[in-house]
Amino acid sequence: MLNFLGLLFDGLAYGTLLFLISVGLSVTLGLMGFVNLAHGVFAMLGGYLLVTLMGRLGFGFLTALPLIFVAVALISLVLERSLYRPFYKKTHLEQVLLTVGIIFVATAGATYFWGPGQQPIEIPVWMKGQLNLAGVDLSRYRLFLMAVGTAITLLLVFGLERTRFGARVRASVERQRTAESMGIHVERVFQITFALGSGLAGLGGALGVDVLGLDPYFPLKYLVYFLLIVVVGGPGSVIGTLSAALLLGVADTAGKYYIPSTGAFVIYVAMIVLLLLFPQGLLGRRKEI
Amino acid sequence: MNIRTESVRAPGYLATLAARERWGRSEIAFWLVLVAVYFLLPNNLMFASQILITGLFALSLDLILGYAGIVTLGHAAFFGLGAYTAGLLTKTGYTEPASGLMVAGLVAGAFGYLSSYLVLRGRDLSRLMITLGIGLLLYEVANRATDITGGVDGLQGIAVGKVFGLFAFDLYGKTAYLYVLVVSFLLFVMVRSLMTAPYGLSLRSIRENQQRAVAIGIPIRARLTNIYTLSAVIAGIAGALLTQTTQFVAIDVFAFQRSADLLIVLLIGGTATLYGGFVGAAVFLLAQDWLSSINAEYWLFWLGLLLIITTRYLRTGVMGGLKSLQRLAARAKPGEES
Repeated sequence: MLNFLGLLFDGLAYGTLLFLISVGLSVTLGLMGFVNLAHGVFAMLGGYLLVTLMGRLGFGFLTALPLIFVAVALISLVLERSLYRPFYKKTHLEQVLLTVGIIFVATAGATYFWGPGQQPIEIPVWMKGQLNLAGVDLSRYRLFLMAVGTAITLLLVFGLERTRFGARVRASVERQRTAESMGIHVERVFQITFALGSGLAGLGGALGVDVLGLDPYFPLKYLVYFLLIVVVGGPGSVIGTLSAALLLGVADTAGKYYIPSTGAFVIYVAMIVLLLLFPQGLLGRRKEI
Repeated sequence: MNIRTESVRAPGYLATLAARERWGRSEIAFWLVLVAVYFLLPNNLMFASQILITGLFALSLDLILGYAGIVTLGHAAFFGLGAYTAGLLTKTGYTEPASGLMVAGLVAGAFGYLSSYLVLRGRDLSRLMITLGIGLLLYEVANRATDITGGVDGLQGIAVGKVFGLFAFDLYGKTAYLYVLVVSFLLFVMVRSLMTAPYGLSLRSIRENQQRAVAIGIPIRARLTNIYTLSAVIAGIAGALLTQTTQFVAIDVFAFQRSADLLIVLLIGGTATLYGGFVGAAVFLLAQDWLSSINAEYWLFWLGLLLIITTRYLRTGVMGGLKSLQRLAARAKPGEES
């Protein structure tokens, strides 16, 4: 039982990371119907920035994180302007090819600058080790992850539900044409959410170096996870994405623990079955992409 | 072409349709060049066979992507199935290659038929993910079932017999090249006649406008299912050809990289042009050979850059470029046209 609780905890922490990374993809997919397979590149970038900021430039862990968020968001804005924008109205195939190309370039670039191996990361001493809560040993770092995840979810939900900008985003996701005719500049809304989503992915990637690992093939390795979460959660829905990410995190952790011999098998089968059972996403949003 | 005789013979649209079926001079030249390669480049025949095999594989993708408009990220699944089937078949002691190809095609086709029910259900995004998932799944199976497939080490010790019991494979790849060329040509002729027939036109109309296609009575689902199956058969045969000519199966026949590379090959060559796959394969493999001899590690960088640039600026590929050149040349010499 205790073992199971520990597993559940690890799974939830893992799911939180996946959520942080994929929520941006979910919103951009829901908003523009843009299939951005290269979303993981932003997460990888966040990870490498953390390694560089902490390892080579001597920044502290907590000061590095907000810097990474801002830096990745800015870089993604440049990419959005130069590469993504001409592809909004094109076919999904062209979007896929473009973003696969971006993944390849990013992978080669990461190999060039940081080498092909796994990147080590030194998390601060106060986050290392376990915390004993009611007989269950919980990793401090994972507790920290969940705290960050909870805070960001609350911020996102508050931002989407209670602010004017959030209302614009929701309107644009719901019906783009109508939103435009009401005077909402959908492209601008998209641009900002794209940057925010990429920034969050960068943050997730940075936080995840210790849990997910970091090497140049990161964007390809986790591609299926991000896509699965977004499609199962329903594009454009924060709560849907969160529940899908947590579910996947727990299922994947449990699968690796109880039936390690199957490897990644479980996740692929789960993906195909879930897609067939819930073509509209778990929460049943009617958005055909 | 002479307009006067044309108008006497048949209405214009029939003449256009007939012209589609006729083998053009450049087409005949294309295949003659491939035959000439055998005599002119005897030292590079292994490489030339690789190009042909990749071209055939790209042709199979062209059927579903270029003609029918089905987006896929996991076409390597069928290639890999064919490759492993051909390899495992020789392990059981049955080594005749030509019939081995058929078995491989059948296995890949059966799998393609079954998976078509999963793939064709959804729209673009779910098709992408399901094909990706199936591809990764098969990779994982090949990776785990080490007793049968050899896992990451690949399937070794494949002994391929003589073709029809007559022609043995040699060290220089002479037989291999001719064998691959003949198989590619036969499959190409079949695909070409299918695509110029009303069947091919109906696929195009499905791609262009599904609603109108339904309205003129095209059975969309049935068409897509059987073109998907046919494409799987050809991909399987291409995979089997690779196994038989290299006498080895590496696990990367199932890799995502192979599916992605294939998309690039087709894109470089040009979609829905029949020859795009072969042209793209030649350009791609020659570029790979050259660029990775400069620096193997960063081939991926050039590949990605190539992909971004072709999607952004050269949407029609090499074949499209050639066609617009041809049109330009025709406009420059208006006297010959009429």
